[in-house]
This record gives sequence, C-alpha cells and structure tokens, in this order.
Amino acid sequence: MSEHRDGNALAGPLADIFTVEATTAEVQCRACGLSTTLAQLVVYGPEPGLVGRCPGCSEHVIRVATTPSGTWLDLGGATSFHFTSTATRASSR
Amino acid sequence: MVHVTRGFTGRHPATDDRLPPGQYLTDDFPVLSAGPTPAIRRDEWTFSVTDGDQALRSWTWDEFMALPSEDITVDIHCVTRWSRLDTTWRGVAIDDLLADVDTAAEYVLARSYGGYTTNLPLEDLLDGKAWIAYEHDGEDLPAEHGGPARLLVPHLYLWKSAKWIKSLDLVEDDDPGFWESLGYHDYGDPWREQRYQGD
Ligand SMILES: [Zn+2]
Repeated sequence: MSEHRDGNALAGPLADIFTVEATTAEVQCRACGLSTTLAQLVVYGPEPGLVGRCPGCSEHVIRVATTPSGTWLDLGGATSFHFTSTATRASSR
Repeated sequence: MVHVTRGFTGRHPATDDRLPPGQYLTDDFPVLSAGPTPAIRRDEWTFSVTDGDQALRSWTWDEFMALPSEDITVDIHCVTRWSRLDTTWRGVAIDDLLADVDTAAEYVLARSYGGYTTNLPLEDLLDGKAWIAYEHDGEDLPAEHGGPARLLVPHLYLWKSAKWIKSLDLVEDDDPGFWESLGYHDYGDPWREQRYQGD
C-alpha cells in the first residue's frame, strides 16, 4: 500500500532552488553506487516530505520538505549530481 | 488523552477539548509513506533495547507475545493535521520492557525495519505513556500501519510512533531522526503545535 511516484514529483520544489532543470540531472546513490536521473528515483510523499529513493537499493538519495520557514533539502544520500550542459544551456537562454 | 483500561474509568471531556490546535477529526486512518512497506515475517522479527552498541534486551516474536500486554485506548494526532479519537490497540508498555534496564541515558533513538528513525526523551516513553503495539482495532497490526509492531507514543505527533519498530537505542545525546533532521520539531507536542523547527 506504499504510494509512490517517479522523480518528476520532485520538479516543483527543486525548481524553487535550482536555476537549472534538476530532474534530468544524473545522481549517484551513496549506498550502492547506482547512477540514475533524478526523474528515475522512486518518490514517496509529499507529506511530511518528499523522499526520493534509489531504484536499485531503495535507500533515500534526496529528501525535500517544505515548511512555513522555507525548504529543507538533504542530499546526503547522494555522492554527486551531474547537471548536463544541455540542461544548463537550456535554462540560461 | 491517554487512558489504559486497567480498571481505569475516566470520562472523556467534550470532543472539542480533545482536538489539539490546527487539527481536524477523521474516522479514516491515512497512510503516510516515506518508503516502501517492509515485509517482515514474524518468525524472523526481533525487537531489542540497546545501549547504542550492543543489545541489552532482545525478544523474538514468540517471546514478545508472552510478555504482559495491555488494552490501550488513545487519541492520535498526525502532523499533517488529522486526529483520530479513541483508537484501540494492544501492546506491551515500555515500562515493562525497560524494567530491569539500568541506564544513564536520557534519550532514545527508535529504529525501524526499513531504516526510519525518530528521537525522543526517555522519560516520554515511561510512566504508562508509550507502548510497543501489535494489534489495532482487535486485529493484527496491518503492515501499512506499522505491523508486525510499532512504537505508540500518543501524546506526541504520530511521526514519533515509529512503524515497523526494530529497536530502542538508549543514548546520551539527542541526535535528530528522519523527520527531525529535515525541518520537523525535535519534540513534537501537538498541544503546543510543535510541528516544525522553531515552533
Ligand atoms: Zn542505491
């Protein structure tokens, strides 16, 4: 009965933070090393927060919570993000 | 409000007095998920009390079922603003689980199957205020609500009542758990509306 969606559910809150399109960024899971796009994460939420989990090992890779004071972002489950140059160029146009 | 049916016959105050600020009443039991529901076989389930490094006490499912249990009727309050009144549970009081444990720890980190954690002051688990619950509404606790067994701490927001409980770690330092480290309140008292950090 666990309701979940794909990583595009992260697009809204991340668009408030990043100046580039984040869901096409490649992210590497710290727990198992798998690289995927953010859009391929398995996302639970939105309340109390959005939890993007690795499609390989299901550890959390990214967590986002929106509270009255602002947005909380935890990237501790990821080793790196790769924002591809096409996405960067597209958003700077 | 909490009352344990150990011969206690308290009268409920009016419903309005039982609804913390900013909450609404529901008869549903919404399921909030931060991850996949772990499938835990009862014959593989264990629950332990640890000092952080090693288990001080540990129970198998059969051993846990042999412990004295209580029928519990409590109101529960979720930080996402729903509340349910007079929910019924069966479980073991934390007082009984910690009866022979000698500790200087002031905090507890509750750990769940699936990796969830939440932090609480030890005193909030004692004096009949908290249980490990394994039945709800007279039935085995369903997996989506935390079965086989969950922590039940009804005087705090429900994220403190960790589903799929695996251990209670007695710790000296109050390190934030899963939601407490992402903007949610460290303590979570619904009557003081402690939803977020700074409340
Ligand atoms: Zn992984």
